[in-house]
Amino acid sequence: MKGLRYIENAVTLQLDVDRCSGCGLCVDVCPHAVFALDGKKAALADRGACMECGACALNCVAGAITLTPGVGCAAAIMRGWITGSEPSCDCGGAC
Amino acid sequence: MNQPVKPPARRAGACCCDSGAGRDEVAVAGSVEAAAAAQSATAACGCGEAGRPRTYRYGSAPCVDGVVDSGGGPVRRVSTRLTPRDRHGAWRVRWGLGRDDYRVQPGLYAVGSPGAEAPVLVSANYKLSFDRLRAAADGLSAWLLVVDTRGINVWCAAGKGTFSAAEINRMVEQTKLAAVVDHRRLVLPQLAAPGVAAHEVKKGSGFRAVFGPLRAADLPAFLAGGMTATPQMRAVSFDLGERLVLAPVELSVALRPLALALSAGVLGISALGRGGPSLRRAIRQGGPAIGAAWVALLGGGLVTPALLPWLPGRALSAKGATVGAALAAGCVLVLRPRLSGAAMVSVLAGVPAATSYVAMNFTGSTPYTSPSGVQREMRRALPFQVAGAAVAVVAGVLAKVAR
Repeated sequence: MKGLRYIENAVTLQLDVDRCSGCGLCVDVCPHAVFALDGKKAALADRGACMECGACALNCVAGAITLTPGVGCAAAIMRGWITGSEPSCDCGGAC
Repeated sequence: MNQPVKPPARRAGACCCDSGAGRDEVAVAGSVEAAAAAQSATAACGCGEAGRPRTYRYGSAPCVDGVVDSGGGPVRRVSTRLTPRDRHGAWRVRWGLGRDDYRVQPGLYAVGSPGAEAPVLVSANYKLSFDRLRAAADGLSAWLLVVDTRGINVWCAAGKGTFSAAEINRMVEQTKLAAVVDHRRLVLPQLAAPGVAAHEVKKGSGFRAVFGPLRAADLPAFLAGGMTATPQMRAVSFDLGERLVLAPVELSVALRPLALALSAGVLGISALGRGGPSLRRAIRQGGPAIGAAWVALLGGGLVTPALLPWLPGRALSAKGATVGAALAAGCVLVLRPRLSGAAMVSVLAGVPAATSYVAMNFTGSTPYTSPSGVQREMRRALPFQVAGAAVAVVAGVLAKVAR
């Protein structure tokens, strides 16, 4: 993502290195190279690039990764505010 | 508003707008010469649960060019060449025309002449996704396992949870994949990972899930390299072409009934005046208002995405406001002789506000905006956008009354 950085200090991603088993799957699934293997453990190489898609947490068997996953879509979030439900992509094919 | 949670990551970063999404997705589809035959052939689909279509317009026949024998029985082989019809279809789907027609029949397909050791590539049953996959598989011999994501692309389906380990396991079972191949390995699109836990696939189907490259086009290199991905294959990109291809998603808003009704309303109000309603008056006074709305829409939906990396700020609303301010200033300079003071105020307040709003909505089409960040920028930007719109409406009404 050359030249494109988003608001970084709102990101909810946390890595508990003590729990990490070093399988490296988080490195594989992340589309923004947020993780890197540092020896036999994962490390946060670029936490600010996280878009909170949740791929890493879902695939972390050791449960070392926590975050609040969601859709980074203003229309979906607004719909969530209005309807009081979780933001979702279900915009009837409109978005 | 949300408690930090672990796994059940049920929603992905990008919206269903097929942002980065369009990329490595998969779907079966094709030229339409055989469409009629396809209709009847695809009705045999085995997924008759409620809410699932029983027929798939792009189900099997259009791009099926043969049958391959396997340990599990005959498997339809699909062409790896896209036709002009496929490309036209991709254009249609981005403008929201006939999106529901873009489901592909889930199931097992073949490309080339795969044997029991050939790789199994998994994807969604969205036509654009499937087309990317089969085009990328040109020259390969592989099995394509299309799972039912309700016609939604890989990334969005993963975010919604329809591209899931449970669905993959169901399709592995239904297609008797274990009898087709000797190995126990599935290559998943990397962007399926927000919905698919690899360990759940292993547990449920016995197949090891390997996350392949993010873009289907990198599949040949990934497979040739012994299923290893370079960092570049793992990283999402959002270059100029990728940004512009999504512009129709935003711009098609202008063609929706609500937008057309609002335009009609503006024209109707503009027509009012001394001596009864007049069409000329409607066009003379309402035209500029509708024109300003178009300027804002193009500013937020086309100019801002195009200039994204070079606009100041990180919030898309801020980038859009910059573009909107420049466009508003340009409009006022050009139209100065014909605009009243109130009309100028209306343009200068309304165009940046509306452009900022449209640009903010482009977050749904980007592959890099986090929901936490989007919420933060919305809380900051919405008050300004609403205030700008209010000023624009009041000034516009004053300009009208003054006449």
